Amino acid sequence: MDLVDKVQSGSIRGIARTISLIENNSPQKEDIIDELYPHTGNAMVWGITGPPGAGKSTLVDCLIKRERKQGRRVAVIAIDPSSPYSGGAILGDRTRMQKHSTDEGVYIRSMASRGHLGGVSVATGDAVKILDAAGYDTIIIETIGVGQTEVEIIELCDIVLLVLVPGMGDEIQAMKAGVMEVGDIFVINKKDRDGADRLKTEVEYVLGIKNALTGEEPNPVLLASSKLDEGIDELVEAIHDYLKKAQTTGRFEEKRRDRLEKEVYKIFSSKVHELLNIHLDIENNIGEWISSILNGETAPYKLINSKLNRFVKENRII
Amino acid sequence: MVRILVAKPGLDGHDRGAKYIARALKDAGYEVIYTGIRQTPESIVVTAIQEDVDFVGLSLLSGAHNELFPKVVELLREKDASDIIVFGGGVIPTEDIPFLKEKGIEAVFTQGTPIKEITDFIEKRLEK
Ligand SMILES: Nc1nc2c(ncn2[C@@H]2O[C@H](COP(=O)(O)OP(=O)(O)OP(=O)(O)O)[C@@H](O)[C@H]2O)c(=O)[nH]1
Ligand SMILES: [Mg+2]
Repeated sequence: MDLVDKVQSGSIRGIARTISLIENNSPQKEDIIDELYPHTGNAMVWGITGPPGAGKSTLVDCLIKRERKQGRRVAVIAIDPSSPYSGGAILGDRTRMQKHSTDEGVYIRSMASRGHLGGVSVATGDAVKILDAAGYDTIIIETIGVGQTEVEIIELCDIVLLVLVPGMGDEIQAMKAGVMEVGDIFVINKKDRDGADRLKTEVEYVLGIKNALTGEEPNPVLLASSKLDEGIDELVEAIHDYLKKAQTTGRFEEKRRDRLEKEVYKIFSSKVHELLNIHLDIENNIGEWISSILNGETAPYKLINSKLNRFVKENRII
Repeated sequence: MVRILVAKPGLDGHDRGAKYIARALKDAGYEVIYTGIRQTPESIVVTAIQEDVDFVGLSLLSGAHNELFPKVVELLREKDASDIIVFGGGVIPTEDIPFLKEKGIEAVFTQGTPIKEITDFIEKRLEK
C-alpha cells in the first residue's frame, strides 16, 4: 500500500509518516497532497489561539472529550516554537491531552514552527488536509501564543477561538493591536480567577465598537475554566451553533473559497519566485548586481526591471 | 529533522531529569516531544507512533525499569514500529544494563551522564 492509501485507510503510522514527509518538504509532497485533495473538505477545522499560558492546551483537552462524547473522531495539531538558535524545539502541548493518547478516535500531532512566523508552521495547512482525508471529523489546531502578526490561523480554520485570561495586564493593548480581529468566539478562560467578569465586560465593549462599525452580529464571549472543566458544554454548543449558522447563510462556503483562493495564490507566488530564481540565477548573480548598484551604474528598480524585461523577451512571453 | 520522544513511565512524579534531557536535546537541535509524568508503556508507544519519532528516550527513577523499558520495546514491535530506537536513563544500577540491552534498549545512560554522550549516540545511530 502506498502512503496515500494508508492515509485514507486511517493507518496511524501512514498518517504520521505522511505528515513528516510534508514537514520535511519531501519531493513527493505535491503529488501526495494533490492525490488526497479530492478526499478533503469533510472535517470541521477549529483554531485555538491566545497568549502563552492562557490554557489553550488544557482547553483542547476538554474539547476533545466533548467531541468524543458525540462520537466524532478528533485530530489535534499543536504548534510550539522552534529555537532560533539551535533549530530544536520542546513540544509540550500534548502533555495536557495525554489521557486521550490511547483512544483510537484521537490523533495528536505536535509540530514545531520551524522558523515560520504566524503562529503555525508552513506544513500545518497540508497536515490538516492529510487528517481530513484520513477521516477525522474535527481537527483542532493550537497555535503558538498570539502576537500581533499571528493571524494566519484564520486562513486554515472554519472557526477560531481566541482564549484570553484575566490578570495579564495588557489585555486592552492586545485588543488595540488588532488581535481581537482574529476570533470568531472569545473564551475568557480561568474564570475561577479574579477579574474574569471584568475582562468579559471589556472584551464585549471592544467587540461592540467593532461590530457597530461592521454591522455584524456580536461575537459570543464565554467564560470557562478549562482546569475545572466548567463552561465547556456552553462553549462547544456555541461552536456548533456558529458553524451551523455559517453553513445556512453561505458564509461557510464563502470562507472556504476565500481560503482556497489565498492558498492557490500562495502556491503561485512561490512557484513563480522559484522559477525566476532559477532562470535569473539570483544566488550567483546577486553579488554582481549589488556592486553595480553600489558603484552607481544602475539603481535597484531599474536593475530588476531590466532583468525581468529581458527574461520576458528572451522567452517570448509577451 | 530528527524527532525524539522523551517519556516518563512509572509512578514517580519527579521529572526534573527528564525535563533537563528534553532541554538539552532541544539545544542540540532536535525536536523533542515531551509527555509529562506517569505514562503507561501503551501510551508512550501510541505517542511515539503518532508523533513519528526516530527515538524514544525513557527516564525513570523508581526502579521499575526492568519491567517498563522492555515493555515499550515489545509494544513497538507489536505495532510494527521496531525501527523506532529506544534508549533509557535515570537511576539504573549498572548490573541491570546488560539485561536491558538484551531486551532491545539500545543505550542506557545513568544519572550524571554528560549530554554529549547522548547526542553522540543519537548521531551515530542515525548514520546507520
Ligand atoms: N486556574 C486555572 N488555571 C488554568 C486553567 N486552564 C489552564 N490552567 C493552567 O494554566 C497553565 C497553562 O496551561 P496550558 O493549557 O499549558 O496553556 P497554553 O495556553 O496551552 O500554554 P502554551 O501552549 O505554553 O502557550 C497550566 O498550569 C494550567 O493548569 C483554568 O481554567 N484555571
Ligand atoms: Mg499549549
